[in-house]
Amino acid sequence: MAPPRNRRPGFSRRAQYGLFISYVIAAGGALVGVVLLLLSTFHPPAFAAVRGTFSELVTPVASGLDWTRRGLSGIPAGIGSYFGVRSENAALRAEVEANRKLVEEARIAAYDNKRLRALLKLRDRIAAPVVTARLVYSTGSSTRRFATLNAGSWQGVRAGQPVSSADGLIGRLVEVSPNTARVLLILDPESVVPVRRVRDGLPAIAAGRGDGLIEIRSAGAAQILFDQGDAFVTSGTGGIFPPNIPVARVRARARDTAEGVIFASPDTLDYAVVQQAYFPEAGAVRAPEAAPR
Amino acid sequence: MSGSPYAGLGKVDISTRARWLAPLSIIIGSLTVLVPFKASFPILPPLGLMMLLAWRLHRPDLLKPWAPVLLGFADDLVSGQPMGSSMLFWTVSFIAIDVLDTRIVWRDFLQDWLLAAGAISLCLIGGRLVAAPLGAHVDTVLLVQVLVSIALFPVLSRLVARLDGKRGVQ
Repeated sequence: MAPPRNRRPGFSRRAQYGLFISYVIAAGGALVGVVLLLLSTFHPPAFAAVRGTFSELVTPVASGLDWTRRGLSGIPAGIGSYFGVRSENAALRAEVEANRKLVEEARIAAYDNKRLRALLKLRDRIAAPVVTARLVYSTGSSTRRFATLNAGSWQGVRAGQPVSSADGLIGRLVEVSPNTARVLLILDPESVVPVRRVRDGLPAIAAGRGDGLIEIRSAGAAQILFDQGDAFVTSGTGGIFPPNIPVARVRARARDTAEGVIFASPDTLDYAVVQQAYFPEAGAVRAPEAAPR
Repeated sequence: MSGSPYAGLGKVDISTRARWLAPLSIIIGSLTVLVPFKASFPILPPLGLMMLLAWRLHRPDLLKPWAPVLLGFADDLVSGQPMGSSMLFWTVSFIAIDVLDTRIVWRDFLQDWLLAAGAISLCLIGGRLVAAPLGAHVDTVLLVQVLVSIALFPVLSRLVARLDGKRGVQ
């Protein structure tokens, strides 16, 4: 193939200077990039405002795409349920019958629980839900795991608040603009969640690995055996995440450090629930540490 | 005029729409992260960067040497990488390609592909080093992402050739 048209300007002095200056500008731009990079490494929330403004512009587009995807992926299920509705109805009736006794027992237990707690004068901190919104897109080409929520400070969302779904913990908010917010997913390599094992309350740390799994490390005691299927829930330590939100399940038997699979996949999730930080004062202090750079 | 076999002779041998279409298509490439999938590992190729390289290798004189500074800034706003990383790595690979352009004169597509592969690897690996802590378990998926992106480059190259349009049409 013939040589490509290159930038050689020939003998014109003016063109030569113009080319030289454009390279100077390019090198200067690269240096500005280095400075921004250093700034964002040492002071992560520095560019939150710029990113938030841009996110305000593009999130409506992403919300539209997300809405379309949900609509299209709902069609096969809709057709299936139309034909299966009679048999499903019968099955559900039978199930309600079978569960009736169980529900009664659970109601009695819940009532007893409340009464006994009142008797003990236990004061529970309740992390009230702030808003329910959708995650619309994520940073699919980056090694960091952020997702964007289509609710922001106008809906009462604040940085540091935890985000979860019915299945389990999703992450926490690190950057908030008026209508959008950035969620640091628990899969992110810089995310750390204090957890405890459901079975015996063993304290542990669930840290993101970056490849879609979670690393569960024992906090404190050594020589801990993690069994396959051990479930972990948030412990409430640290003040951001309210206790007892399911986080992850151990994938294979291991000692001290185990790989875990999260309960709530951010992709299949229907709605994300933003809750108040468990102890808001602690959240305000800790939010900047993990902000996107 | 159109019936003449000499129509178009003597006209400038480039399409003018590329002037605005190139930056636009690169930014649309960067905005592909808006697809409604919440990835749990780096799965999407860096399409903004690949569009930039495809335009650069297809039309070397089209984009100014400082263009990747601005385009990289736009990419940093949505990509989730630390601010400044695309600005730096895109510009460095752009200048490196300009330098290599003066060394390699006669050229075929394989050499273009090789240059693009080098630039994609530089930007993705550099981006991983500045974004995620060294201990993160992202290296295997990153390698897959690099390979997929390199394999996809010819597709984008064809797309850019199509967008650039028929030469000589003003």
